[in-house]
Amino acid sequence: MSDTIAHLKRGEQATIVSFNEEQVPLKLLEMGCLPGNIVKMMESAPFQDPIYLNINGTFLAIRRETAQQIKVKRHG
Amino acid sequence: MGKSINVSLIGNPNTGKTSLFNRLTGLNQKVGNYPGITVEKKEGICKLDRSLKAHILDLPGTYSLNTSSLDESVVVETLLNKNSKDYPDVAVVVSDIENLKRNLLLFTQIKDLEIPTILVINMADRMQRKAISVDIDLMERELNTRVVLVSARKNIGVDDLKKAISDYKNLQSVPCVNASSIDPEYFATLKKAYPKQSIYKLWLVITQDVNFGKIDRNRDLEDLKSSSFAVKSESDLKKMQHKETVVRYQFINGLLTKVLNVDKSQAKDLRTRLDRVLLHKVWGYLIFFVILLLIFQAIYDWSTYPMDWIDTFFAKASSWAQTSLPEGPFTDLISEGIIPGLGGIVIFIPQIAFLFLFIAILEESGYMSRVVFLMDHIMKKFGLSGKSVVPLVSGTACAIPAVMATRNIEDWKERLITILVVPFTTCSARLPVYLIIIALVIPEQEVWWIFNMQGLTLMLLYMLGFGAAIFSAWVLNRVLPIKRKAFFVMEMPAYKLPMLKNVGITVLEKTKSFVLGAGKIIMAISVILWLLASHGIGEQFTNAEEIIKEQYAGKDLSEEELTNKIASQQLEHSFIGYIGKGIEPAVRPLGYDWKIGIAIVSSFAAREVFVGTLATIYSVGSDEEETIKNRMKAEVNPILGGPLFNFASGISLLLFYAFAMQCMSTLAIVKRETNSWKWPAIQFTAMTVIAYFAALAAYQILK
Ligand SMILES: Nc1nc2c(ncn2[C@@H]2O[C@H](COP(=O)(O)OP(=O)(O)O)[C@@H](O)[C@H]2O)c(=O)[nH]1
Repeated sequence: MSDTIAHLKRGEQATIVSFNEEQVPLKLLEMGCLPGNIVKMMESAPFQDPIYLNINGTFLAIRRETAQQIKVKRHG
Repeated sequence: MGKSINVSLIGNPNTGKTSLFNRLTGLNQKVGNYPGITVEKKEGICKLDRSLKAHILDLPGTYSLNTSSLDESVVVETLLNKNSKDYPDVAVVVSDIENLKRNLLLFTQIKDLEIPTILVINMADRMQRKAISVDIDLMERELNTRVVLVSARKNIGVDDLKKAISDYKNLQSVPCVNASSIDPEYFATLKKAYPKQSIYKLWLVITQDVNFGKIDRNRDLEDLKSSSFAVKSESDLKKMQHKETVVRYQFINGLLTKVLNVDKSQAKDLRTRLDRVLLHKVWGYLIFFVILLLIFQAIYDWSTYPMDWIDTFFAKASSWAQTSLPEGPFTDLISEGIIPGLGGIVIFIPQIAFLFLFIAILEESGYMSRVVFLMDHIMKKFGLSGKSVVPLVSGTACAIPAVMATRNIEDWKERLITILVVPFTTCSARLPVYLIIIALVIPEQEVWWIFNMQGLTLMLLYMLGFGAAIFSAWVLNRVLPIKRKAFFVMEMPAYKLPMLKNVGITVLEKTKSFVLGAGKIIMAISVILWLLASHGIGEQFTNAEEIIKEQYAGKDLSEEELTNKIASQQLEHSFIGYIGKGIEPAVRPLGYDWKIGIAIVSSFAAREVFVGTLATIYSVGSDEEETIKNRMKAEVNPILGGPLFNFASGISLLLFYAFAMQCMSTLAIVKRETNSWKWPAIQFTAMTVIAYFAALAAYQILK
């Protein structure tokens, strides 16, 4: 099992590896969620949903079910 | 008059598009709807020079031209349809210096449509703080586009922008990214079939439905859908769109490394520190709660002062009209129909203005997105999202501003559900009705030492209202056959100090749209009600005065008592009185008589009318002892005997008022916001039916 954005802890950074194209809305890609870009977990609401991220300089919130679709490689 | 050109403002949300629009047009703007849909349309006029005016259209904020909402499809349709009267001569793409990378994605798409374009880089005032520098000249050359650095907040560069727009004939309209590279073969055949069209426009028409199921209104390209170009499967098209996004970002990254320089070590991060507190799992909710209390305080409490003034003013105006205008039906119409009707509209202005003042500040400061973030998980369970929280909470003050506040919800289904369920929440107009009935039928008794039965009942009624709203949202989410955007992506904007000008214009605009929109309907209804209540046929009505005088001839009645008796006699035999008698069979199973029937009918104009109507019918105001409450206590049930207002009929009335949609003003505003009579009609019927059966069940069980 590889890590997804939903696994990140607050303040942790990771690089986006891949995602399920069917499950991730185009809008998210347009906001910079593309393989190779860096994602930082900012905050999460109770029950880890939604999750507040900084992806490639853009600050956005997504729901947990979307975050689980995006595979990442944690930094160090 | 000089020439006028069309200018469209386009940009991602939160780039300062609206601020810039306000700068360009000032108060010279108007807000309407796009024909047939509920997306807000903001237009304004800006004088560029002596002979040239710009008709400026503020298009809804959008992240790209790949539509996934109604708002976004408006943008695409405006840009694709050359025959539209809004088709821009100049597209001004607004971007934010701090989010340039993301903002440029939309820009490259607009450029590909071969529309003359100007790129505005807004928020220039933030550059120093954030240690950002940008090479505008190089950027202009690389993009083949006029680039203007602007600060809408500090009013810098706005004149340069106006000059650039005036020079519209010299603007470039050459694409800067070659989208065809994602599938050269496919695009080549496309180009061959439609040599006259921009290739990117064709692509947008083909892909428009992939993410958003909406029919495209580009008649001239209608055949495209059914033609051989629709061979690609939906998932193929989606893959191509992904690829396109990657290609665009490659171009943008290449560009920005050349022209943009950000010194990260200089950046101070206010956002992280504020978010740590405002989104805290405990403090975050506590702070939100305190802010809510403050807003409530304003809407409930502070606005009572101006509301009292307005009330007094209209009462005075009405009696002035009565005494100083020549007597006759026309004067009655003015003093008893029109002036109170007008008052019924104006009285809501303080509450609406306060609510929108707070909403605008929360919105402008960036805090609203944090509220959505905090509440989303809970609301998701009921088919809503965090965005429905503010309308639902404001509904406890008044449903009118609450319905208007749903404009912030982008998803149409979610917005519609919120609009439909908001009137269940206990608004302040229900309060006088609740208070008097509770005082009548609930014993003033302590329970568990600290709670008072009456207070507890009131609290239960508030919870009942909120529960009904949430529950019906859950049901509606299941039954409404509307497709929804199945995902939730929300930008978390930077915290900013609200701009006074923006807040002011928002409050003014919303208040105006209430007065002009719902106002007309409220006015009409109140005049009709007045007509029905003050007119009647037959002896009993026309000779009311003589009849009463005769009846009480021997008794020593004061002038006032007599007037009240006459008024009550007239009301009983007015048209509305007959209506009340007519519906008596329908309301008797609920435990009411015809007088309550009238009060209910007239409170369909507004709930608070209930008490006033009963006061008139029971003709109170005579002895000091005879308060309305005592009068109601003394009423006897005509059939069963015993007090009319007993526990069973009281609870039945409370439930009726809790559920029934008795507010013309709200229906009027729902009509305005949903752009059809269908939804207010459904809402009215459903709520009234629920109310009727709840009241019926309560009375039949308890009696
Ligand atoms: N610092 C700064 N803030 C701005 C400027 N223009 C707009 N803003 C702020 O940016 C936020 C978003 O602005 P708004 O006009 O509502 O953006 P829209 O969503 O694109 O219409 C608001 O808080 C504005 O006060 C600017 O030039 N400088």
